[in-house]
Amino acid sequence: MNITLNHPLVKKSQSLIALFLLCLFISLLSDKFMTSTNLWNVLRQISVNVCISVGMTLVVLMAGIDLSVGSVLGLTAAICAGLLKSGLSFESMDLFVGFTVLGAILAAILIGMALGLFNGWVITKFSIPPFVATLAMLTIARGLTMLYTEGIPISNLGPEFEFIGSGWILGIPVPVWISLFMVLIVVFLTKKTTFGRYIYAIGGNEKAAFLSGISINKIKLAVYGIAGMMAAVGGVLVTSRLNSAQPNAGMSYELDSIAAVVIGGTSLSGGVGTVAGTVIGAIIIGVLNNGLVLLDVSPFWQQVVKGIVILLAVIIDKMNQKNK
Amino acid sequence: MLEAINISKEFPGVKALNQVNFKFYPAKVNAILGENGAGKSTLLKILTGVYTHYDGEIQLNGETVSFSNIKEAQNAGIAIIHQELNLIPELSVTENLFLGREIKTSFGLLDSSKMEAEAKRIFEKIQLNVSPKTLVQQLKVGEQQLVEIAKALLCNADVILMDEPTSALSDKEIDNLHRIIYELKAEGKTIVYISHKMDELFKIAENYTVLRDGNSIDAGEMKNTTEQELIRKMVGRDVLIEKKNTENQFENTILKVENLNLIHPSNKKRKLLHDISFELKKGEILGIFGLMGAGRTELLETIFGMHPSNSEYNLEIDGKSTFHKKPKDAIGNRLAFVTEDRKTEGLVLGMDISSNISLTNLPTFGLLNPSKDKASSKDYIEKLRIKTPSEMQLCQNLSGGNQQKVVLAKWLATNPQILMMDEPTRGIDINAKNEIYNLIKELATNQMSIILVSSEIPEILALSDRILVMAEGKIKASYLAAEANEDKLLKSALPE
Repeated sequence: MNITLNHPLVKKSQSLIALFLLCLFISLLSDKFMTSTNLWNVLRQISVNVCISVGMTLVVLMAGIDLSVGSVLGLTAAICAGLLKSGLSFESMDLFVGFTVLGAILAAILIGMALGLFNGWVITKFSIPPFVATLAMLTIARGLTMLYTEGIPISNLGPEFEFIGSGWILGIPVPVWISLFMVLIVVFLTKKTTFGRYIYAIGGNEKAAFLSGISINKIKLAVYGIAGMMAAVGGVLVTSRLNSAQPNAGMSYELDSIAAVVIGGTSLSGGVGTVAGTVIGAIIIGVLNNGLVLLDVSPFWQQVVKGIVILLAVIIDKMNQKNK
Repeated sequence: MLEAINISKEFPGVKALNQVNFKFYPAKVNAILGENGAGKSTLLKILTGVYTHYDGEIQLNGETVSFSNIKEAQNAGIAIIHQELNLIPELSVTENLFLGREIKTSFGLLDSSKMEAEAKRIFEKIQLNVSPKTLVQQLKVGEQQLVEIAKALLCNADVILMDEPTSALSDKEIDNLHRIIYELKAEGKTIVYISHKMDELFKIAENYTVLRDGNSIDAGEMKNTTEQELIRKMVGRDVLIEKKNTENQFENTILKVENLNLIHPSNKKRKLLHDISFELKKGEILGIFGLMGAGRTELLETIFGMHPSNSEYNLEIDGKSTFHKKPKDAIGNRLAFVTEDRKTEGLVLGMDISSNISLTNLPTFGLLNPSKDKASSKDYIEKLRIKTPSEMQLCQNLSGGNQQKVVLAKWLATNPQILMMDEPTRGIDINAKNEIYNLIKELATNQMSIILVSSEIPEILALSDRILVMAEGKIKASYLAAEANEDKLLKSALPE
């Protein structure tokens, strides 16, 4: 078999090859990289971005964008921590509702979904471009987070809750299990359900999809709802890892998430891409971050390098499309 | 003089121009006549540097020219005024006029006052009474047309191509345009003029060239010909597709449209469709003929629920009164709509055949059943003879004819009782055409009711049991298959 750079197999696994080369390169320069402690640590860190990014993948596949995920993460994290720590009290009715760990998490996820649905509602009801609608939500949710926390972290949330972010099950960090579960759900949605098929159809040709009788608005609502939920899951992971909800948690996470989606080969104009690609994209970013730290590269240079990697990924992708 | 020698242009599967020859003379209005699809727009695109690959030779004043882009054609003195105006509504008339060739000061900044003065000078010449600062969106269509002409004058074009310039103008605006054309002629400019309006051509044109199916059929002087003769040359065909002459009787009404009106989406005063009423019987093929802009596509779109907020109508399907707020409602009433543009409306090109065919047939939330979809796609691939290695082939890799068959398959998969088709054979080769014709006939025999919109007269005549002719948003005539012929259809379709 004659394998060239243009071979379809090579193209398909391009990002995997890039990841492999990146790991190889870093491990040559640093002997700390290929240790089990470090690798589990990297995966644990990545799991937050993976959760957000699989939701973002659905949005981008539909030719949309969700800039609000970082802020939604922050708000749901704060609410989750707040409910866990002090519950809900209605003084006028002399009523106090305490929350179990599971209850607080579910509440956070529901709120994430509600915020996402609101995004979807604005986008479909008023035909507002997703960029603008979610940009507004980015500001709104961050503002609400500051109001709710009064700018002060909510800390000491108990060992039970901390287990989610820091614990291990069967020798694997809990966040890795959780993000794996989220990935499987979204892979299932995209590969096995009509809902997933319609996401691709809308991204590929919204007009043809509409004319085929597809309920475009319902699908969009659901997708933005899922993106909000996934951000909330990320919020729970971040909060429990730190055992504290920071008011500025999740700030600019939307950028890493869009980067993961793009590096993973999903087209920003919609219709083309896979969840698996996004996961690899998220891992590449995570490994890159970790490697640059291990190599003692200054944080400022880290940003520069990350930006260049994103550009390279997109340029290679574009060139591939042209070669078709 | 602008001369073409043996120009040929081929697209995959279609020969758009075949050894076309013509001569366009200066100080004359040279008319190009031809039906839709005769090759007029391909010709214009070659002359203006849009299409750069073709066989044959173009000579301008005796010298061979070839343009590799629009700018080069402009620099050589060839300008075009498109049927759809190419102005930017948010910019002022002056900004539009000088777009791409702005006058600059010695500092390299825009010299607005000089450009506005220049604009004013040209506007006076063509009697356009607007301030150079006016935004294009504030102008009437006729005034916008004049801005386009000003643009052509500004780049000192010697050859001005006009593609249906009067299709959207009022009588007064048309008179003004004709006056300007006389003046341009007097200055020695070569005018190339495309229009469907015969009386207009006889009024202003000296010479004509007739195109049909990509061939140059005839050329000569207008004063030596008649309207009848020109029409015959435009439509006459060596190979006539056999006309349908069956006197089929149809009884059961399946679709009844009454008083359908459609308002222009941005200009509420303008109506795109006026009081359209017709019936469709079970098993009948109803042809709808009309020229571009007659409102045929809009009619089908409205029935299919694509313009719910701008339209009003009484619709009965199978005896039940109904209204379609969205395509989904229409599909629910077992209507299917094979749209005109398979690339932008018919298919998701990046998806495979099987996914496209099943697209109309799945619940919003549910599990996919790939084996069932594939099996059904395989059936259609075989039945419609779609040429593809497998049902998993991406639609973007198929030829036009095969893409069209996938669109058809996608709608047949919904098991419709009424199938609406908008130009179902546009841009596909003759074999695929014939296959689609046979399929349409077979569907009708099996009691499906079909509305066929087409601007190809032979196609309409070969398939339809009854023919409606539309012009300017209205139904102008209705013929039974037996009484229809090419002359009658074309005459009814010409705007008044």
